[in-house]
Amino acid sequence: MDLDLISNILYAMVRCGTPLLLVALGELVCEKTGVLNLGQEGMMLFGAVIGFIVAFSTGSLWLGVLLACLAGILLAALFALVALGCQANQVATGLALTIFGIGLSAFVGSAWVGKPLTGFEPLAIPLLSDIPLIGHMLFNQDVLVYLSFALFALITWALLKSRLGLILQAVGENPNAASAMGLPVMRVRTLAVLFGGAMAGMAGAYLSLAYTPMWAQNMSAGRGWIALALVVFASWRVLRVLLGAYLFGLASILHLVAQGIGISIPANLLAMLPYVATIVVLVLLSRDAVRTRLYAPVSLGQPWRGGH
Amino acid sequence: MSIPSLKRLVLGVAAAIGLTATLGAHAADPLKVGFVYIGPIGDHGWTYQHEQGRQALIKQFGDKVQTSFVENVAEGADAERVIRNMAKGGYDLVFTTSFGYMNPTAKVAKQFPKATFEHATGYKQDKNLGTYLSTSYEGRYVGGFLAAKMTKSKKIGYIASFPIPEVIRDINAIQLALDKYNPGTEIKVVWVNSWFDPGKEADAANALIDQGVDVVFQHTDSPAPIQTAERRGVYAIGYASDMAHFGPKAVLTSIVNNWGPHYIRSTQAVIDGNWKSQDYWGGLAEGTIELPISPLVPAEVKTEAEQIIAGIKDGSFHPFAGPILDQKGDVRIAAGSVASNAELAGMNYYVKGISAQLPQ
Repeated sequence: MDLDLISNILYAMVRCGTPLLLVALGELVCEKTGVLNLGQEGMMLFGAVIGFIVAFSTGSLWLGVLLACLAGILLAALFALVALGCQANQVATGLALTIFGIGLSAFVGSAWVGKPLTGFEPLAIPLLSDIPLIGHMLFNQDVLVYLSFALFALITWALLKSRLGLILQAVGENPNAASAMGLPVMRVRTLAVLFGGAMAGMAGAYLSLAYTPMWAQNMSAGRGWIALALVVFASWRVLRVLLGAYLFGLASILHLVAQGIGISIPANLLAMLPYVATIVVLVLLSRDAVRTRLYAPVSLGQPWRGGH
Repeated sequence: MSIPSLKRLVLGVAAAIGLTATLGAHAADPLKVGFVYIGPIGDHGWTYQHEQGRQALIKQFGDKVQTSFVENVAEGADAERVIRNMAKGGYDLVFTTSFGYMNPTAKVAKQFPKATFEHATGYKQDKNLGTYLSTSYEGRYVGGFLAAKMTKSKKIGYIASFPIPEVIRDINAIQLALDKYNPGTEIKVVWVNSWFDPGKEADAANALIDQGVDVVFQHTDSPAPIQTAERRGVYAIGYASDMAHFGPKAVLTSIVNNWGPHYIRSTQAVIDGNWKSQDYWGGLAEGTIELPISPLVPAEVKTEAEQIIAGIKDGSFHPFAGPILDQKGDVRIAAGSVASNAELAGMNYYVKGISAQLPQ
C-alpha cells in the first residue's frame, strides 16, 4: 500500500464517520441527562430533506444547514412534548418518531427526488493540507466536517470540564436530587433533547448537502441506529464516541478498498467488519464493568415527574 | 406511521373489504393490479422505473384498472406478508419487482391459484406465476464497449450489489466487451451488499477511483456513484434510469429500463383472459432497454456502438456467443452456439479475464 492510498482511506474514513459522529454526540448529550431518544433516524432524514429543499430553492447551502437543524429541533420538540411532558414511554415514543420521520421526509421530499445539486465542496486549508498522511484527512474536507471537529471539541469541553457538564450529569444520575438542589430538571432535559435534534438535523444536512448532494428517500440507510449503538458501546464517554464513529468509518471504507485491490475475503464477512470491529474494540475498552457503570446515566429512559 | 406501513394497513383493510366485494363482482369492475417494490419510488433508479411502468399502465387503461404499490419491502418474510395481503385483497395481477421476492411470490402464488403473479428477474414459474426481466447484459456489453474506448487507465470499476446471476452476467458481459475492444483492461468489482445506500455507493465509487478506475459501472439503484464520478472527473455508466443529469460530464450512457410496454401487455392479457405463464426477456429489440448515448462519446465511437446495438436488435450478434471460457479456462458455452436463456439465468461463474474471485 502506498502513502497516497492510505491518505485517501483516512480521508474517506472521516467523511464516512462524520454523520455518525454528529448524531452520536447529540444523542450522548441527550442520554447524559437521562433521556433515551430512539428517533435519531427520523430526525436525521427530516433534516436531510428540509436541508436539501431549502438549499435547492434558495441556492444557499448554509441556510439549508440552518433549517435542517431547525427541522431536527422540531421533531425533537415533538418527542419532548410526548416523552417528557406527558411522561410517555421513551422507547416507544422514540421508535414512533423514527417511523414518523421516515414517512414525513418521504412525503415532503417526493417532488425533490432526482434533482441534482452542487453541495459543499472540499475546502483545503493552505499548508496544513499538504502534511503527509493526515493533511488530506484533517485539512482537505468540506466545512461541515470542520464544523463537526469544532462541535466535538466544544462538547468534550462542556461535558468534561464545565459546570454545564456537571448539571447534565446530575440530572441524568439522579433527577430527584438534582431537582432538590434547585436544578430545573425538566428544562435541562428538554434542552438536551432539542440539542440532540439539532445535531441529528445537521447530520441529515451533511448527507443531503455534502456527502451525496441529493435527496433520496431513506438515504440515511440506518446510520441513525448505528449512532445510537455507538453511544452505548462507547459507554457514554465522548472520546470513545469519536473513536467508534471513525472506526466504523474506517472499517466501512477498508472493506470497499480491499475488494478493489482484489483481496479475496467473502463479501458478507467484509460487510460485517465495520460492526464487528467497532463492537469488539469498544467492548474491550469497556470491559471493566464497575467503571462502565460509573459512566452510564442511572436514570436513563425513566420518566420523571417534577414537583417533589 | 410511515407511508409504506400506512399502505400496508390500507391493504389489510382492503383485504377485509375485498372479501365482501368479490361476492358482488361483475365484469365492469376494474382489474386490480398490485406492485411490490424493493426501494423507494424516489430512488431515481430501479424502483423509479417500475413506478414509471405503473404510471404508463394507468395512462393506457384509465379506470379499467385500479393499481396500487407498496414500496421499501424487505426481501424475505416481509415480502411474503405484503404479497399475501395483496392476493387476499382481491388483486388480480401482482408484479413483484426484486430477485429476492422469488420464493415468497412462488409460495403465495400456490395459495392463490386464481390470482396472477409476475416476478421480475427470477427463474421460478408456475401456472399462475410468470417471470420477466430486462436483458441488461445487452446494455452492459455496449457500456463495456464504450468503457473500452474511453478508458485511459485501462481500469474499469463495478459497484455490485449481491452475487446473483443477474449481476454476475452483467459483469461478464462487460469483460467480454473489454476483451474484444481493449484487451488487458481490468475490471475491479466492489460488493456493497445493498441495493440502495447512497452513502455506501459513493464510498465505493471513491474507493475505486482512488485505485485508478476511470469508468464506473453500478448495479445499485441510487445516482450517488454518478455524482461521485462527475466530481472526480471520471466517466460513468448509469443504470436503471437515465442518470445523465446527475453527471453531464461523466455519464457516457445509461441502461434505461422501460417496463411500461410489458406491464400493459400482461394486463391486457389478464383482462382478455388469455394470460399464460411465460419467462419474458425484453431487451434492446423489444424496447425494454434503451441506451441514450451521451454527446461526450466521439462520433466514430458512437457510430460503432450503434452498429453493435443494431446487431443485437436484429439477432446477428449476441454478447454471449461461444466460445466462452470461465476463469479456470473450462468451456462453458461452446464455439458456434449462443448462451440459452437457461444458461444465462443460472450464470454463477466469472468469465476468463476477470482476476477477482466470485464471493461464495
